[in-house]
Parts: sequence; C-alpha cells; structure tokens
Amino acid sequence: MTTPYTIQGKTGTWEIVLGLEIHAQVTSNAKLFSGSDATFGADPNTQVSFVDAAFPGMLPVINEKCIEQAVRTGFGLNAEINHFSIFDRKNYFYADLPQGYQISQYKQPIVGEGAVTIDLSDGTTRTIGIERLHLEQDAGKSLHDQHPTKSFVDLNRSGVALMEIVSKPDMRTPEEAGAYVKKIRAIVRTLGTCDGNMEEGSLRCDVNVSVRRTSNDPFGTRCEIKNVNSVRFVMQAIEYEARRQIEVIEEGGVIRQETRLFDSAKGVTRSMRDKEDAHDYRYFPDPDLLPLVLDTAWVENIKASLPELPDAKKNRFKNDYGLNEFEANLLSEEKENATFYEAVLNGKRNPKLVASWVVGELFASLNKNGQSIENSPIGADALGELIDLIEDNTLSGRLAKEVFAAMLETGKAAAVIVDEQGLRQVTDTGAIETAIAQVLEENPDKVAEYRSGKDKLFGFFVGQVMKLTGGKANPALVNEVLKNKLG
Amino acid sequence: MTNLTTLTLTEAAAGIATKKFSSVEITQAHLDAIEQHNPALNAYITVAAEQALSAAAEADKTSSEGRLLHGLPLGIKDLFCTKDIRTTAASKILENYVPQYESTVTQNLLNHGAIFLGKLNLDEFAMGSANITSAYGVVKSPLKATGDTELCRVPGGSSGGSAAALAANLCLAATGTDTGGSIRQPAAFCGIVGIKPTYGRCSRWGIVAFASSLDQAGPMTKTVADAALMLEAMAGFDAKDSTSARHAVPNFRAAVGQSVKGLKIGIPKEYRPDGLSPEIAATWDKGIQQLKDAGAEIVNISLPHTQYALACYYIIAPAEASSNLARYDGVRYGVRVDNGGTLDDMYCATRAQGFGAEVQRRILIGTYVLSAGYYDAYYLRAQKVRALIARDFAEAFQKVDAILTPTAPSDAFKLGEKQDDPITMYLNDVFTVPASLAGVPAMSVPAGLSAQGLPLGLQVIGRMFDEETVLKVGAVLEGKI
Repeated sequence: MTTPYTIQGKTGTWEIVLGLEIHAQVTSNAKLFSGSDATFGADPNTQVSFVDAAFPGMLPVINEKCIEQAVRTGFGLNAEINHFSIFDRKNYFYADLPQGYQISQYKQPIVGEGAVTIDLSDGTTRTIGIERLHLEQDAGKSLHDQHPTKSFVDLNRSGVALMEIVSKPDMRTPEEAGAYVKKIRAIVRTLGTCDGNMEEGSLRCDVNVSVRRTSNDPFGTRCEIKNVNSVRFVMQAIEYEARRQIEVIEEGGVIRQETRLFDSAKGVTRSMRDKEDAHDYRYFPDPDLLPLVLDTAWVENIKASLPELPDAKKNRFKNDYGLNEFEANLLSEEKENATFYEAVLNGKRNPKLVASWVVGELFASLNKNGQSIENSPIGADALGELIDLIEDNTLSGRLAKEVFAAMLETGKAAAVIVDEQGLRQVTDTGAIETAIAQVLEENPDKVAEYRSGKDKLFGFFVGQVMKLTGGKANPALVNEVLKNKLG
Repeated sequence: MTNLTTLTLTEAAAGIATKKFSSVEITQAHLDAIEQHNPALNAYITVAAEQALSAAAEADKTSSEGRLLHGLPLGIKDLFCTKDIRTTAASKILENYVPQYESTVTQNLLNHGAIFLGKLNLDEFAMGSANITSAYGVVKSPLKATGDTELCRVPGGSSGGSAAALAANLCLAATGTDTGGSIRQPAAFCGIVGIKPTYGRCSRWGIVAFASSLDQAGPMTKTVADAALMLEAMAGFDAKDSTSARHAVPNFRAAVGQSVKGLKIGIPKEYRPDGLSPEIAATWDKGIQQLKDAGAEIVNISLPHTQYALACYYIIAPAEASSNLARYDGVRYGVRVDNGGTLDDMYCATRAQGFGAEVQRRILIGTYVLSAGYYDAYYLRAQKVRALIARDFAEAFQKVDAILTPTAPSDAFKLGEKQDDPITMYLNDVFTVPASLAGVPAMSVPAGLSAQGLPLGLQVIGRMFDEETVLKVGAVLEGKI
C-alpha cells in the first residue's frame, strides 16, 4: 500500500496494531479427550460422557484424530510441527467448566511459528506471522435466561477440541484483520480441519487491539475483544475500539489491559465485568496425560496427503488459466467455488470464459437469491453446456444471458431452451446479408453521411441489423459483412 | 468347619475350587465378622451385604475356571468407584455419591469372580497417615500394644480401613491405593502385606484421584502369596488411562517361593539416619540377615537425594490434588451448599463444608505452590528433584536387584498422637515417599514386633515393572517358606 492506514485523532494520526486469536473447532469423530459426539445442535446434555462431566476418577485420553487435524492445519499455516508437545491444565472455577480446569497447551504447543499470505482489495498481498497453534478443550455453555433465579448448564460442548491459532501482532488495518480471518477460514475449510462456520461458533475470534502514534513507537497497551463471530464484526469492532483508545489517550487517560466484548447490535465494545482479582490460572502439565510425541513417518504421511491449499490454488488459477487477481481470489478462497469452477472447466473449456461466467452471471444470481454454490440451481454440467453453445457460435453473449435466465427459471438444459425459443444465433451469411441490405435500403441518408466520414454511424447500422434479426445475428459476422457493404 | 475368616486368600481360593465350602458360606462368615467387629473398628464405611450375598450365590452357580478370585469376599477401599455402591472417598462432599460406572481395577477383580463386601474407610481423599481425617470417623487398629487397655492405636493411612479390616479378618484381602505410602505404612502398622506396584501397572481409571502422577492401586493381603495372586487379577494395561503401561501381566504367583540366591540386595545408608529407632534398626538388620542366610548378596548403596524426597512430595502431591479436587464444586454431583448467593458463594460454602481440614490444608498448599511467582521456586524445582530421586534409583538398580529398607520410622502410634503438627504426621512417609516419586514398585512385609508388641514392617523396593523380584524377596522375609 502506498499510504499507510492511519486514524485521525484530535492531536494527530494514529496507527493500529492488531493480533488475532482464532478458535477453530476441530472437525472430528469425537471430542478431544473422550469418545463423545461433538456435533453441533443436539439437545442439551445429550452428548456428555462421564469424562466430559468430570465425574470422580474419570481420565482423559487423547483423540488421535484431533491431533492429526492440528498437524494438518499446522502444515496449512506453513508452520513448524512440534514432535514433542505437552498438555497443561489451566485452572479456574466456573459452572460450565466441570473439571475446574481446561486442558490446553501452554509452553509447548503442537504447532510453532508459521506464516500466511493475505489478499487485500487493492490486489496486493501481505504476509502475516503465525505465533503458534495449540489444542485445547472447549468449556460447556451457561444459559442464564431459562429461569428467573437459576442458571442452566449445557455440557454438549464441554471437551470439544479447539485449535487456537495465534497470529503475531502483524496486522495494521481492519481490512487486513478481515482478510486474515478469511484466509484462515479458507485454509481450515480446504484442509477439512474445521467447518469454518462462524454463525454456529465453530470459528470465533479474539481480537487484540492497540494504537500508537507511528510505527517507530513501541506497542501500546492492548485490549482483547472476545468472541467476535463474523468477519464484518471483526472489522467493525477494531474500528470502534481503536477510536475509543485514541480518544482515551488524547484526553489524557491511559488504556488498561482488559477483556472487552463487542456488542454487534450497537457496534460498540464494552469492558467485561471488572475483576479485581486477576486470574492466576496456575498452569501445570496435566499429570493424567503423557507428553505427546509424534512419529515422524506419521507426520510425513499427513504432509503427503494434504490437498491443494488456497494460495497454491490461486496461483495455479492465475498461471495456468490466465485468470486475473480478482477472479483467482474469488474462485480460490472458498473451496466450493474452486470445485465448481473446475467442474465447469472439466479440463477442456476456455478458462477465462468459464471464469467470467461463474464470477459474473452465476455469482450475481446466487447472491441475489441468497443461494450458496453447493445448491446452485444451475449445476456445473448445465453451465458447461451453455458455455459450449457460446464457444460453437450457437449463442452470442447476449443470447447466452437470455438462455441463462431461462435456465434459472425453468431448470431446463441450455440446448432445450435454445430449440424451444428459437434463440439460435444466425450465422447464415445469406440471412445476414439480406437483413443488411434491407437496413441500408431503408436508411439512404445515413449511408450517405457514413460514407462522407461520419464513422460513428457504424454502430447505428449494427443496431438496426440486430433489431431486424431479433438479436440473433452473430455480431462478428454482422460487423464483417456490414463493413464490406458500406465499403 | 474351620473359621473361614482366618483363611488366606490363596487357601480360600483352593477351598472354593475344591468345593470345601461355598462362596455364600465364606461371604456370610465375613459379613458376620463385620457385623460383630466393625462397630469397634469403623473399618467399613459402607457394607454391601445384600449385593455381596447375591453375587456369592451367583458365583456358586458358575465354574471357578479361569478366575483367580472366584467367589472370594474382598474389601474395597472407598476410593474406587463401584457401580451402584456408594463411593465417598471418606469425604462429606461425596456422601451421597453412587457411581454409575465401575473402576477398571475393581472391574478386573469382578471379572476374576471376586465378591465385594463393602467399602473400606480411609483418610479423606487418601490424605493422611493415620486414618484420622475421614469424615466417617477414625479407624482403630484391632491390634493392642502391651499395656493398652482398649483399642487406641491408629491403623496407619490412608488405607487404614483396608489394613484394619484385614488384621481383624473382616475380609480375605483388600484393595488399597498408595500415593506416598498409603498402602505400605498401614500394612506395616497392622502387620499385613501391602504392595504398591510400579506406576502404570494398575489402571487409575475410576479411582478418585488424589495426585495423578503418584496414585497407584495395589493389593493388601495377609501373605505375600496372596498379594501376588491379587495383583495378577488387578493389574493390566487400560486404554482408558493414558498413564497405564503396555506391559503384559506376568505370572506373579510363580515368583513367590523362588530362591533369592545370588540376588543383590541394596541397603541404602540414607535410610539409617541418626535418630532411627533402635528397634526399627534391629528389625532391619534381622531382615538383612534373613536374606543373607537365603543366599542373597548384601550391597551397601547410596540414594543421595533421599533427604529431599519428603519436601518434594509435599509440593507435588498437594499441587496435583489442588487441581484434581476442583471438580468437587457442588455443581453436578455430591454435596451442594447453596445459601442463595452467587456462584462463588456456593463454591465457598460447598467446599468449606464438604472438605475436612487436612484436605483444605493440602488444597491451599497446592494452590500456593502453583501460583504465579511461586511455580518455579516450588513446583518446577520439586519436579527437578523428583527426576534426581528417580535417577538415584535407576543408578542403584544397575548395581542391585532390590532394595531393603524399613517401611515406617515407628510402630503404630496412639490415636491423638502426632496431631498437633502436620509435619510430624508427614514424617511417617519418609521411607515410603521416595519409591512413589520414582514410580518403582515397593512392598511392605511384616518383619517382627516392636518392644511393645506391635508389628513392624520392612520395605522391598524393586526395578520398574519388576514386582516379581519384590515378591520373591518379600516371601523370604515373611519367613513362611
């Protein structure tokens, strides 16, 4: 970026410093340390084992599937995989934390430093450092609105595996933070390690925000905004929080390190209940679990089985298919889009043409109707057939759009619509010549003007010919013949 | 018919196999003895007479083949979760707790046909060395010293109920758990045999946790042969316990009675401090002579970090306990004291009323040593010392096959003694704690009587997963072969 992003305060400009902690629920057969189901949306307390509810004498056993998912994600983040890691206990009391501690990884996480590339709207990219990824248990859920005086606890989520992905404080704008979340989401979805569903809370962000005058100053005191659950909210929360901090400092106040909540309805952040007794989590290695030691061959197998990651895919779309940055980004950031695009392409169709149809007409109609690509009313094969009709000159671009609209409406195949509605493009030179002759004959004055140098009138003649042929004439042919006739 | 309650476990197994008597008969005999003697001893917290008799009747209908403990009535320390039988950990906080699952060790015993008479008293959450911290009352040893006019001796702890019940013939054998000496010290005080197996030999799944890195279940029996038999039934890898060892269970019974000729027995000088009671020293010397006579070679060794073991233990065990006991919060099971205040108020009231003084003391110590700013100085340092203690043993076992020491620094003291200062009480564990920290197997065997006529025990310590040598040496000391 040419001009650094800054916020204007009363006393000057300020820079924002951002670091994100993303909690991603591991896609797995079961919870992190018990055999219980980890699916979202079940009736309260129906997916709880004695281990999850911390009954006396119950012990955790590491679920290998969750470890595999963490390692896969580590590779997706271009990060160091730690073959030796430790599970620790983070001790605190809360009604939805049955053990009285959360099993997490503190000093020796399973994944170390890495980096991801984020894509910005101006077409540039930036590299954001990854500090670490560690595995931990989720807590249960407290429900405070079910009874006038009591709280209810749902332990379905208790013990579900989370990956906490911690970035370095490398982001400087709300847009970068948004792009970072999108990229992490794309990576975990491509890898199949998290479903990335932010609404259901499978992926949530804690955003650390601080401000400083210039990039030469040391970092300011940060505030952590907890549990922000959409990309848009992440950006809004940062914007609000940065301005709040600037205002406090400019009015002579100091920022206290604290945890805040984002109120999405009001668009503001609020201090969480002020606790005088700051938590001392008394971390120590969980004596119920041995250190986690990964077998090198096992780790290498995971590496070998990785799917193509979003960045690699984007580069391939640009290099092999000649797509521009915008198209390549749109088609690679969601794996469903990429899959659909390549299904239409089917190894044979024109990549640029297919891209423009998927990104253009298809995405526009999906957006308009609030549909997702997985249940697109026009499937990849059907769209491919339509594109074939463009490529073999049966349809002009304009006609193809009409056919596309009819396909959306009727669900019929492109060829069927073309036949039924007689939308076939006229490529018969004779028919086109006849139409041109008629147009020239009916407009002798315009012909004369054109011939005397008024070149712009060419478009007028094309328009008249298209009108006469009901829009079916092949535009290229019309141009060619018309040029000959007008000499 | 002989008195069925004075039989050893091994004798009773043979009696049932040869149909000399039935499981119902021997179970009933023990239930009668419990009814008669338990009120004075308070060894059992819960007697499961009905379940025991119906299980015994079932056992009598089936063949004993392949089952090591078929139809044999045992007592279970009330720290093992037993399905449908109340499990209290001797704490008020679990006074109404009835597990819906069976601990792996007790399940293994059930699979071998054992009958459970009931749940044995212990120090609350296994924290204690005299069985005086139980919320269900103190346990009295059935043994009297010369001059005692009534039952007034502690049975040791924390498995005091197990030891007292055995010494009074209120079960054929009992389970115990040992974190820093909780099997061995009461075994020594009550004149019975108790083995703390190698850490990882018996599954901890379903045992109420005290200190996870130290807790280990083991048998408490009348003889070494019985200990071998019962350990064989209890032990084994368990996928539900990540610290359980993938070691096959050997035929422990075969080890008992094997010659110790040529075995090297280490005598660590650090276990003979200046103030060691002369009668303990004499008992130890007698044991050394017995082994020498049996052909073993005596080797003087050093375990140089022994003096730090007790301090190290009283940091690590409370640290783990402070976290392990956090789950007793009144939210999901057990006692809840709710005075209508906040969640924090409920926690405080529940835990203040639910836990006794010793448990609260250890939770506080543990919380302190794990706190920010103290962690490095206490917990981390203790872990380093623990590694040195383990190394002491590893180096010693390159020179010797087993180590012989006293089990406890004294014979059974009187109820009410050593209660003013917790440190005096903690000193009971001085000889047992090192093996716990190192994870190596150790057994206490009755080895004589003190001047006032109370039992004294000797401790045999072995290599990791070499309980067989421990049993072999123990059998010689026992003097029955």
